[in-house]
Amino acid sequence: MNGSRAASLTVAWRFASLRVEGFPWIPALILSTIAFVAIFANVLAPYNPEIGTLGDRFRPPAWQAGGSDAHLLGTDHVGRDVLSRLIFGARVSMVVGFTAVIVAGIIGTVLGIVSGYLGGWVDQVIMRVTDTWLALPALTFAIFLAAVVGPSEMNIVIILGAVYWTRYARVIRGEVLSLRERDFVRLAIVAGCSKKTIMRRHILPNVLNSAIVLGTLMLGVVIVTEAALSFLGVGVPPPKPAWGLMLADGKKGLMAGYWWLTVLPGVCIMLMVLSANLLGDWLRVKLDPQLRQL
Amino acid sequence: MKRFIVKRVAYAALSLFLLSLTIFLFVRLTGDPAVLLVEPGASKADLAAVHEQLGLDRPLWVQYGQFMSSLFRGDLGNSFYYRTPVLELYLSRLPYSLLLAAAAMAFSLLVGIPSGILAAVRVNRWWDSAGKIFALLGLSLPSFWVGLVMILFFSVYLGWLPSSGSGTVLHVIMPAFALGWYFAAAHMRLTRSSMLEVLGSEYVKLARLKGLPEALVISKHAFKNALIPVLTLAGINLVIMVNVAVVVETVFAWPGVGRLLYEGIAFRDFPVVQATVLLGGAMIVVVNFFVDILYAVIDPRIRYER
Repeated sequence: MNGSRAASLTVAWRFASLRVEGFPWIPALILSTIAFVAIFANVLAPYNPEIGTLGDRFRPPAWQAGGSDAHLLGTDHVGRDVLSRLIFGARVSMVVGFTAVIVAGIIGTVLGIVSGYLGGWVDQVIMRVTDTWLALPALTFAIFLAAVVGPSEMNIVIILGAVYWTRYARVIRGEVLSLRERDFVRLAIVAGCSKKTIMRRHILPNVLNSAIVLGTLMLGVVIVTEAALSFLGVGVPPPKPAWGLMLADGKKGLMAGYWWLTVLPGVCIMLMVLSANLLGDWLRVKLDPQLRQL
Repeated sequence: MKRFIVKRVAYAALSLFLLSLTIFLFVRLTGDPAVLLVEPGASKADLAAVHEQLGLDRPLWVQYGQFMSSLFRGDLGNSFYYRTPVLELYLSRLPYSLLLAAAAMAFSLLVGIPSGILAAVRVNRWWDSAGKIFALLGLSLPSFWVGLVMILFFSVYLGWLPSSGSGTVLHVIMPAFALGWYFAAAHMRLTRSSMLEVLGSEYVKLARLKGLPEALVISKHAFKNALIPVLTLAGINLVIMVNVAVVVETVFAWPGVGRLLYEGIAFRDFPVVQATVLLGGAMIVVVNFFVDILYAVIDPRIRYER
């Protein structure tokens, strides 16, 4: 426990000491806005996102002819308020995105450290599995898993974690291989620390930076995958308001030219992914120059 | 070289083994596979028959042996929906997937290579920044959304292109663009960095010292060598395209392998889902193997490294 607290303190200190220069303000602002909207969704949303009035189907946004102030961004095929669904969709994307990145990060980091530090057959086994899973196209693999375990928000997180841990494991293992040879680790061995202690207190804090950078970069990938899964009907189950699901529903009004059902959820996904990528790029350069070529 | 090939073959075989094991175990360990392998709405007796047929009461390794032996016989099960062998179904869809992937690849190379070269030649100037923005957008926009917006614009509003289906050249344009978009950005990034590396090398310096005009240095000396990694990546990407096209094929109702996977999900046709994933993974392992061998043939240093 002590080790992990020390680790989190070091990380906090590193964040505080980052120079603010070049900080991507706009992406950070967008992400925090989405986070804010996600947290206060039930206060901000004007309507219940899962219940619609059938009499109000396919209403256009307020500024278009036929639109009204009652539904600022229009309504969908069963008369649900698009704005409310977008607001609650932010919650789904945020929760699924962050937990999936963290789950994948924990699995990948632990396996990467164990694999890199212990070496030998443990390393061989973990790395062969990692390589095989990396070779599988992530989306197809995720669809397969989703078809096996069935759709639910919880399952999506597990599936995304199971598909994406490999990226962390590869990078972290590479770092551990070089850390292992450093003097402070040798000293710890001489001092009689157990392997477990060395991995937890000496190796882990030193790879956390990379894990965080990877996590930020993975956030975008994970959100797009979640949207794709929901779009295909194996992600977040309806009538939950997820952006990917909204795009799937939007297809019903696409040929009639109901653009708001297709464009708006996509813009939300794009803004979130773009912001996460820009923030990740900046973090990568700031926190860990070694990762620049990732 | 012989040792290298043997080693690579062993690696590829191991990967294929792990791949089949992964898929086999996931189906068995997450619940009763009979529920997945029997048609929805089947009776208790049908379930029992599948249990019997798969030998689900026997030890896992015996079951795995059976699973593998039917795989080697090319028997991937029958589709519930189409009532035909899954392998046949897969092979009948594959040409469509390859056509789409080839078109998307052509598009991504046509956009990616010139813009990558331009970004490298004008490094840190206006073109380079424009290229960076393009790459960022390409890597951030979900391909299926690009597809949907294109349908809205070119089919619904302008009425220029058919929104779904296949058959004519016009049908390929939008799916190829939506699918190739991401890869165009990836190819641009790689062309840029590869070109920058080559432009900094000794032989390019020599060509400049000789007094060759810059245009000739770039087009004749740098371009050719910078292209090698890009084309290798493109080869691998072609196979990846076939396997990630699920969403784009669904959006445009394109009758490829990805659409087959989607139908497998939609109709709860599990044999189709399992086979599509298995064959897709196997395809990638095999292509990676050939790329490794090809690299070793081109560059002897790789052979002796391990």
